[in-house]
Order: sequence, then C-alpha cells, then structure tokens
Amino acid sequence: MNLDFASNADYFFALAPEILLSIWAMVVLLAGVRKESDSRPPGEGTTLGWLSLVGLLLAAMANGWLYGVTQDAPGAMITIDGFRLFANWLFILGAGLTILVSMSYVGRQRLQSGEFYSLILLATVGMMVMGGTRNLILLFLALETMSIGAYVLTAFNRRDRRSAEGGLKYFLLGSFSSGFLLYGIALVWGATGSVHLPEIGATVAAGAGLSGLLLAGMALLLIGFAFKIAAVPFHMWTPDVYEGAPMPATAFMAAAVKAASFVAFVRVFLEAFPALYESWYPVVWWLAALTMIVANLIALSQANIKRMLAYSSVAHGGYLLVALAAASQLATAGLLFYLLVYTIMNIGAFAIVMVVSGHSEERLQLDDYSGFGWQQPTLAVLFTIFLLSLAGFPGTGGFMAKIYLLQGAVDSQLWTLAILLVLATVVSYYYYLRVAWYMWMRDAPAETTEGAGYWAPIPVQMVLLLSAGVLLYLGIFPGGLLDGALAGAEGLGLAREPFFGFLP
Amino acid sequence: MAESYIPVLVLLGVSVVNAVGILAATHILNPRRPTPEKDMPYESGMVPLGDTRARFSIKFYMVAISFIIFDLEAIFLIPWAVEMRSLGWEGFIAVSIFMAVLVVGFIYEWRKGGLDWE
Repeated sequence: MNLDFASNADYFFALAPEILLSIWAMVVLLAGVRKESDSRPPGEGTTLGWLSLVGLLLAAMANGWLYGVTQDAPGAMITIDGFRLFANWLFILGAGLTILVSMSYVGRQRLQSGEFYSLILLATVGMMVMGGTRNLILLFLALETMSIGAYVLTAFNRRDRRSAEGGLKYFLLGSFSSGFLLYGIALVWGATGSVHLPEIGATVAAGAGLSGLLLAGMALLLIGFAFKIAAVPFHMWTPDVYEGAPMPATAFMAAAVKAASFVAFVRVFLEAFPALYESWYPVVWWLAALTMIVANLIALSQANIKRMLAYSSVAHGGYLLVALAAASQLATAGLLFYLLVYTIMNIGAFAIVMVVSGHSEERLQLDDYSGFGWQQPTLAVLFTIFLLSLAGFPGTGGFMAKIYLLQGAVDSQLWTLAILLVLATVVSYYYYLRVAWYMWMRDAPAETTEGAGYWAPIPVQMVLLLSAGVLLYLGIFPGGLLDGALAGAEGLGLAREPFFGFLP
Repeated sequence: MAESYIPVLVLLGVSVVNAVGILAATHILNPRRPTPEKDMPYESGMVPLGDTRARFSIKFYMVAISFIIFDLEAIFLIPWAVEMRSLGWEGFIAVSIFMAVLVVGFIYEWRKGGLDWE
C-alpha cells in the first residue's frame, strides 16, 4: 500500500497504531470509571490491565502492518520510516511491561485503575507521535500529551505526600522546559520560515537563514530536550520525581518517557540541523561528559535504592548522549539498541524494588536487602541479572548495548568520550554490585523473620522472567536486534570528516 | 527585515521608560501620610471582609472545568458551522471525531459524579 497524503484520509492509515491506542484508552477509561464512594469489585485492576494490554496488542499489530506501507510525501506531518516503527515497538513494549507490573500494585495501593491505565496508554500515544513526526508543532503537541500524562501519573497516589510533591515539581519544571522548547521552535521558524524538519534542514544546508536567531533557536531546543532527558545540569528534578512517583510510574518514566525524548531529540537534530553539526556537537559533547561523570558520582553515595536507580537512569542518559555526539548511522543504531535493552532492564529492576519495598513502600534502603539473596533466591538471582545488565557486565544485553555505543563513538573518533564511557561504567559497577553484595554477602538482620512480605504476583513474575531471559539472550545473540536497529537508523546519521582531537 | 522592527523596539523602550519614570517620580516626590484606609488594597472600594485565601468548596472547581470543556467546544464548533458548506464531509467527519472525544470526557465526568451537587 502506498500513501501519498493527497487526501486527508491517508492520515488514518499512517496513524493507525496511534488512533487504535487512543480509542482503546478511552474504552479503558469508560470501563473503569467509578464514583469515589462506590465500592470497587475485587481484581478490577487486573481485569482492566488485561483490557489495556489488548489495546497495546492491537497497536502492535497495526505497527507491524505499517511495515508493508510506503509513502511518497516528504511534506507529510507524519512519516513512516524504520526509525518510527522501531521506536513504536520500544514504547509499546515499555507500556506493556509497565501495565503488567502495575496490575497488582494499583489494587494494593487502592489507585483508580481505569484512569491509571488510560493515562499510560495516552502517554504512549504521545510518545509514538513524537517518534514519528517531522513537524515541530506536532512534536510539541505530542510531547505535551506525553508529559501531561506523566505529570498526573507521578502525582497519582493522592494519599502519599511524596507523590504530590514529586508531581508538582515535575509539572513546574516540565512546563518550564516545554516553554524553552516552544520558544526554540518559534525562533527556528522565524529564522527558516518552516516547522517541517526536512525543509529546515534544506534551508540551513543552503546557508540561508544562518543567523544568531537560528543558533538561539537551536540552543533553546537543545535546552528543552536536555531537560526532558534529564542531562546534567538539567537533572535536578529527576531524583525527587522518581522517588515520589508510584513505582510502576517511575519505571515507565525512567524507561519509555526518556526513550521518547531521546528519539525526538535525535530526529530533530539529525534531520533539521545536520549542517550545523559543528555548532551543536561541542554542547552535546559536554552534556554527555558531565552527565556520565556527575550522575555516576552522585549515585555512589545513595542509600535509598529508588534514588540510586534515579541517578543511574540519569547516567544512562549520558551514555546515550555519546551516540548523539557521534551522529553516525552506526551510533544511532546503537542508541536504538541501547534504548530497547535499557527499557527492559530498567523496568525489571524497578519491578523487583517494588516487590521488595512491600505494602506501604517502607523497605527502600540498601540495608533492607541484607541477606535477601538467601531468603528469596529466585528474586535475588533475577535482580542480580538486572543489576549486572545495568552495569554492563559481559554476557548480558547491557554489555552488548554499551559495546555498540562505544563502537559508534570510536567510529566517529570521539576518543575522550569513549574513554569516559568506559571509566563511568567502571565507577557504576560499584553502586550496582554493592546491592548484589548486600543481597548475597551480608546476613539478614535478626528480627526480619517475616520474609513472607515479599509478594510477586503472576504478571510481575512473567515480566521478571521474560525480561531476564531477553537480557541474557541479547547478551549472547545480539545480531537479530542489531539488524533491526540498523534498519531503523537508516538515513539518520551524518557522513562527517573525523576530528582529530581529544576535546570538542 | 530586522529594520522594520525598530519602531516596535522604540515603542517598547518609550513605554518602559515612561512606566518606570512615573513610578519612580511618585515614589520620590509623593508626601506620605498613611492611614489604615489608604493602606487597603482598593482604597476606594469595598471594605475587605477577610483573608483572600478563604477555602471554598472543590465543587466550584468542577463547575469551572466543565465550563472549559463546553467553552472550547463552542470555540471550535462556531467557525466550523460558519464554513460548514465549503468544508464539506471532510470537515463534518473531523468535527464529529472532535465531538466524540469530548462526549467521552463528558460521560466520564458524569459517571464519576462530577455533576452531582450532593
């Protein structure tokens, strides 16, 4: 099937996954609406969770169908290319894992499950549009769809003060950064007369519109994206928000929301500003270096496991920025591969933390993991796999993902960043493996005899086993996924002259 | 192109200087004999009844939200209604989708009890 967007009906086909998912989100919302005073049927969270997963399955099928669709309309607002389709898999997977993890959680915490799931689905729609659009205005709308969903999800547990605090902080800083982004869009439009990425790219490459106005617009776009991906020095909101949000929402934000921001970041900068690479490359270089160093050093001193994982997610953002600084097709493929592996291992790790933290989320300190390994061997082995993968230990998917990032960096001759990436990884071993050390090498405190508090329901077990299995598989046979990522990165990369120098 | 913005800049400068100048002049030249009446937020208005941060029922908030839904609906429907014939079926379908989404929100609010005033 070929779409030329001559009639607006073509947009219904091009946007099939997103449209299906939005309709499904409304169905879930209406299926789950209850008055505050009404009693909730038991197991409602599980039923609605499976209902939401059906919607994600439909969207996944539509996404698979889009592989057979071609388009010959470079001016269309939405594109059907490998990058978008790969990113869609990423978001659908992230949302699906999150919903599986949260099924028992929403019941346990007495959250309003219909609203919770439909917000996740609608935020996913926003992400999918972010990954697929070539229009800056639509990009902004999609970003807001995603972000507003994420703000509400953060503040979702109304009985918890930390949740409300995190939600308000996220909302204020997030809207602030959206302002930067919007102003950047306005300035770029003012300088080039277009909000369409390939048109901007053509104008900039032709040398027209090159001015302080354009550079200022690009800088504001960069700041806006850096806020969203939580790159140091724009990372201040992350630990508080991640700590306060309900645990499945934290996993969702750390994985899918970050992935969506990265996907949009890469598309905007590689499609609209390849000609200005010399201008933005040093900034991305420093962002990557600072993020890797600072986030890993702060994570060393965290005793709260949720905050530790928050800083670890900031650090992973730094590794991913290396790929953007490298800006080759190989590096973009490495970024896609890394994002997929990162989504799986991060949600897995948060799922375990959720299981361990218990009914009212009180067991969140490192000490609470003392002797955990011998009490709950299965959970502890799985957690060890996720931690090793996050650290990038050979034999796990995280290792292969880091190898591809390094390969991209070395290929573009970013020697200093490559060395920093390796050093940062070595530092991160300490705080990941410290948790494993607590689990396996320390005795449980005498008074904790109630080990029955650890409760992993079947959907969570499914997520844990599946994620750990996929991580181990990708650690040994990464080829298939890499081919997919390379196909997804088609056309997104610059052929550039290698620089010879250790600093930008 | 940039030259055409100079009048705007001049106007901006003049208005800033004017506003700051007037405020500064009254601040310096004005004799001050404060009385309680003069210190009230609106010197010649109503006598204040209490703290501005009075608590009021959250139900008003629900009314305001519902108002926004229907207000936005009207803002988008009226231009479409004016141009309905030239927009044709395509416009009709687009507006129908828009209405359907709003109706879903309305049903949600209704079922949630947002329209009950107890």
